[in-house]
Formats: sequence, C-alpha cells, structure tokens
Amino acid sequence: MKFTEEHEWLRPEDDEADVVTVGITEHAAEQLGDLVFVELPEEGTTVAKEDEVVVIESVKAASDIMAPVDGEIIEVNAALVENPALVNEDPLGAGWFFKMKVADIGDLDQLMDEAAYKKFI
Amino acid sequence: MADQDLKTTPLHALHAELGGRMVPFAGYEMPVQYAPGVMKEHVHCRSHAGLFDVSHMGQVILRPGSGDVVDAARALESLVPQNLLGLAEGRQRYGLFTNEAGGILDDLMIANRGDHLFLVVNAACKADDIAHMRARLPGDVTVEEITDRALLALQGPDAEAVLESLAPGAAGMSFMDVRTLASDWGDLWVSRSGYTGEDGFEISVPADRAEAFARALLDHDAVAPIGLGARDSLRLEAGLCLYGNDIDASTTPIEANLLWAIQKSRRPGGERAGGYPGADVIGAQIDSGVQRLRVGLLPEGRAPMRAGTPIFADEADADPIGAVTSGAFGPSIERPMAMGYVSIDHSDVGTKLWGEVRGKRLPVTVQSMPFRPATYKR
Repeated sequence: MKFTEEHEWLRPEDDEADVVTVGITEHAAEQLGDLVFVELPEEGTTVAKEDEVVVIESVKAASDIMAPVDGEIIEVNAALVENPALVNEDPLGAGWFFKMKVADIGDLDQLMDEAAYKKFI
Repeated sequence: MADQDLKTTPLHALHAELGGRMVPFAGYEMPVQYAPGVMKEHVHCRSHAGLFDVSHMGQVILRPGSGDVVDAARALESLVPQNLLGLAEGRQRYGLFTNEAGGILDDLMIANRGDHLFLVVNAACKADDIAHMRARLPGDVTVEEITDRALLALQGPDAEAVLESLAPGAAGMSFMDVRTLASDWGDLWVSRSGYTGEDGFEISVPADRAEAFARALLDHDAVAPIGLGARDSLRLEAGLCLYGNDIDASTTPIEANLLWAIQKSRRPGGERAGGYPGADVIGAQIDSGVQRLRVGLLPEGRAPMRAGTPIFADEADADPIGAVTSGAFGPSIERPMAMGYVSIDHSDVGTKLWGEVRGKRLPVTVQSMPFRPATYKR
C-alpha cells in the first residue's frame, strides 16, 4: 500500500499489476469530519497527477481528492453518492473512491510506504 | 494548549478532558466537536439531551435606579423594537438592537427577572452592545456585565427530566419562562429556551461551580457534550438566524423575516410605535414591504449550498437574485439545507430557483422554516 502527502492511499489490485484502488486515510477522514456529499468522476476519464477528480464535502467544508498519479479511472464507488458516511466508517475499506489504471507503474515508487506516511502525519 | 490571545470559559479544562477539538470563535477558544463528531452529536441532542457551553456569550443586567423594572424596560425600548413594558415578570423574549438605518446591531434575549432585566447577547457583539447601552440609556439605568457566571444550555427531549433532578422546579416552566432555581451549585438563573429548536434550558451558573454542575449534568447517561459544529446545524434546521451570517448591520428585521419579533404595540399604529433607532425605515418597510427577504432554501440534490452561494431565478440568468447566508447538511432532515436572501418577487414558498455550486447551476426550492418542527414546551 502507498500513500500521498494529500492523505490518499493506493492499494494495488492482486490480479492486475497496473490497477490501484484509491481512498483517503483514517487520519484524513477524521480531520475532515463527517462526509455529507461525494461527487465522483465518470468511469473512463483519463486523468493527470493532481487533477481534481472527486469533490467531497464534510459537515464543515468542501475539498477535492486529486489523482495521485497519471492514468484512467476505470471504476468508481457509486455507493458513496447515497452514503458518504462510508468514508468515515471504513476509510480503508468500503469507503474507497475509485480504481484507476496507472499509466506508469513506476510512478508508485515515488509515493510513501506505510512507515513513511506514519512519520509524515 | 490555549492560544495566548484567546479567552477561555470556566469549562475549558473540562472540554479538554472530554476530548473537545478546540477552535477560535468570537475571541474564545471553544470546542467545535468532541470525539463522536458533528452528525452524532446533532442526532444525540435531538434524541436525548445535549450540553452546550455558551459561556462566551454576554450576560448583562440592566438595573433601574428606581428599583422598578418598568423603568429599565421603558429605557431599553428606546434601543429595541420589542414590547418590553408588556414583558411580564418571569418571562423572556427575543429582541434586536437596531441602528439608525434600521440594520441589526445584534440579536439578544431579554428577560424580566423581577427587579431587573437580564440580557444574553452574542459573544462577538457584547463589547459593542454594552458600550451602546451605556451611551444611550438614561444614567439611572445601570448596565452591569456579569463576568462571574458561566452560561450552559441543556437541550433535547431528556433535558427536562435531567434538570428537574438537579434543580427542582425546572419541569414546571414553559417555553420562555425564566426562574431562579436553587441547586447544590448555587442559584441557577434558568430560562426555558435555546438555539436548537428543541425543548430545553439555558442556565446561568456561578463560574466557580460551573464545572461541577456540568459534570453533574454529564453524569446522566442521556447527556452528551455538543460542540459548535452541531450547534450550527441544529440552529439551521430550526430556522434560527446566526448573527454575522444571516443578519447584520446591513439587514433590517423586516428583510430578515423577523416581523414576528416586533410586537404590534411597536409597529406603526401601535400604542408605542417607533421610538427606537431606525424606526422610520423599519416602519416604512412594515407598511410598504421590502425588496428582498430571508427565506429557507432546500437544495434538491445532495450537494450542500454554503454561505455565499449565488442564487439565480433561471438556470441561464447572468445576474443573481440573491445569495445563501447559511448552508449545511441537516443531519435530522438527512439532506442539505440553507437560508439566504432572495428578491421579494422570488420569495414565495415553492419557488424554484438555482444555486451555483462549483460553476454548476443546481435546483433549489424556497421552503418555509423551520426545516424541522420545533418541540418547545408551550
């Protein structure tokens, strides 16, 4: 599992080497507070690193989830639209945002591992 | 750690012990939420009881030199458009300080406590309010700021049973009654009122006994501490104004849809019409209407429309006809809600309008408030 400085996690899929699932960390979910709104990108969208791909709103404010690397959005977690609280309840599991096909799998090497992320927060 | 420039309330140490996340608010360090978070705190208050520290608010006594409260009431009527001569002993009402242009300087609670008036004003306005009263009230009315008492609110369906167990007499009060109740924590100045739309109480308690009193309230399973975050979503569901957002010196009581707070005796044609700052402007608006009105707004989708969201009459119109002044997600109504000002010709309940969020026009409907019916004990 890899982590970004924007408090996103990326988990490689076991059976597809260039596909990762993306969500936000427990730390981020706690800081944001209860989510009340999630707007997801369309499946098939090509994105560049740091593109704003997901809009989230907590009880406090709106913020963006950025693409952690270049690639293509291949699946989104539509359950979040009706139930944004899933992100707070299970940020590393049922609260995932999207799966993306990574353009260059080598980009993942630039990201933090769990130990580095724990030090970062 | 407390920020050096921020004031703290007598419950500051208790907030820290309870895990409150502290933020600056109106010059005070206050808890915005506790561990359960805004949504759970909001729902707890509506289903059981919530304890709020509102000690940052100003508590002020107006004491008439004559000893007759009528003299204080008559004097204060020169600064607010409320009927205070008609405010009976043991009763409280909502009031507004106005300026010469008819704008709102602050909103406040005014209680008749027998030989004096007791006011509760907003934290951010209290210094100005006190200066305003000292400058404008006759010299025989003393303006005393009460700094040795904390102010707590206990709100929700279990509030009555909890407070009655600690301060007998609470249960016999009706909405907007005020009483002094004896307790193990000294005399409590209690009003049956609040800022949540729930039945409940606001309780002024000696500062040096406030923490012990709060702990006694929290010893009840029904009572949980509630932060400023849920306080805001609770008051918005109840359709109540936040001074500085929904009302301020640029909005009049009539534009703010607060005509109900101006009793007939103070309106044009009433026996004590006018006689307060801005009465000419406000009186003319009562007679002839206003150009814009504060209304409730219900977004159709799930996207919250926050303060500042421009409101349009048509999806394609270039110029807005209004703007949101408060907007959030309503945990009890389980959808976004907002209030704001719209032009009078688009203010009827049911009018379909558009709010622009992140560059997109989203449908929103003018809605009567409160969004959730109040449960006051009348």
